Amino acid sequence: MKRMVAIMNQGVISFRITNVSVFFAVEHPVPFFMRIKKILFSFVIIVTFSLYVVYQRKEDNRQSAGVAPSVTNTDSVFQEQQPSAPASVPIQTPAPIQKPAQSLGMYRDGTYTGSVADAYYGNIQVQATISAGTIIDVTFLQHPNDRRTSIFINDQAMPILSREALTVQSAQVDSVSGATDSSQAFQQSLAYALSQARN
Amino acid sequence: MKETRTCMGMPITVEIVDDGQNTKQALDAAFLYFHSVDEMFSTYKPESEITKINRREIQEEEYSQEVKTVFALAKKTKEQTRGYFDIMLERGICDPSGLVKGWALSNAAKIIEERGHKNFYVEASGDIQTAGVNAQGTSWTVGIKNPFNVHEIVKVLFVSDCGIATSGTYTQGQHIYNPHDRFCPIVDIVSLTVVGPNAYEADRFATAAFAMGTEGIHFIERLEGCEGYMIDAGGIATMTSGFGRYTLL
Repeated sequence: MKRMVAIMNQGVISFRITNVSVFFAVEHPVPFFMRIKKILFSFVIIVTFSLYVVYQRKEDNRQSAGVAPSVTNTDSVFQEQQPSAPASVPIQTPAPIQKPAQSLGMYRDGTYTGSVADAYYGNIQVQATISAGTIIDVTFLQHPNDRRTSIFINDQAMPILSREALTVQSAQVDSVSGATDSSQAFQQSLAYALSQARN
Repeated sequence: MKETRTCMGMPITVEIVDDGQNTKQALDAAFLYFHSVDEMFSTYKPESEITKINRREIQEEEYSQEVKTVFALAKKTKEQTRGYFDIMLERGICDPSGLVKGWALSNAAKIIEERGHKNFYVEASGDIQTAGVNAQGTSWTVGIKNPFNVHEIVKVLFVSDCGIATSGTYTQGQHIYNPHDRFCPIVDIVSLTVVGPNAYEADRFATAAFAMGTEGIHFIERLEGCEGYMIDAGGIATMTSGFGRYTLL
């Protein structure tokens, strides 16, 4: 009798459990997205992360293209240099691809056009001007339109000009050059007055 | 033969090495020319052409050839120096003195040269044009004034056929300003000397380069045919890479 009750009890329990799941399945149908919510959640995470990565890469590229707004020299209006045969110059390290340089500096004087290089966000082509054996100017010939074209050439990139402390010279000289000696207005006025006084 | 006379509101010196030809005549011709320039361009003379132009009493068609030339040169210089050289003052008044001095010196030098003299120099208040050699037969020696003590010189230049001009603020105070920012005084540099092919080139570029402050010496460096020596407020001089050719014996 007890065993039968136990078995009967088990049957009843299992039946009840089954009943419950059937009950749910019929009375409350599960929405599609609830069923795959784990997959959906993971997908959202991945998309968000990808967008973040892409955005960060864009920021990095914008920062490395240009810095300060001042343009030191684009067109050399007064300068007339005869360029040697244009050599292909890589952007990163402009190096002469020609005969050995003069003893004055590392580079031969002239204006050199670089190759067109893919800078990932567009093309870049630069032109380097060498004078007295050192690089004195770098100009953009091609640049992506969405990047600033001005490039700041600071003292490290330009030739370091010689400096010296002032020293007083004791030599006798024929003439002296300096800023105007005395008030020009006074001189002018005096000269005019004196010229009137002359007969 | 050497003479100094006051003209154009400043002491002007002409020295011509005696060579048997009539140096006195050439000297007088040079001073006569300076006087005529003064009559035209002095902003302090009420009857000068420039004063009349500034008072709008003369129309552009009536400008003399010399005035037209100076205005054209000033326009060209303004373009070449990206506006750092500008004869127009903010009040609408035109003051071409920064160009006239060097230009007049170069023309006076031509006058002397045309009379057959090869060794001379002309100097107007610190701007100089030299030709040939001095009476000792060596290059003309030109000292650069010490901005911190105007009775001393800090550099000796050996020049032959050159123009030398020095711009600075240590005597007259702030009279050169940056045309791109007129309220900002030039304080970081006190003197900038330019050695060029003639006084006209040296003068106009010295004026423009000084207005650029510490960038000025780099502007001179990029100029073909000009060398520079800049003295900053701390007493350190910066020179262009080719400047050494004027200082070596």
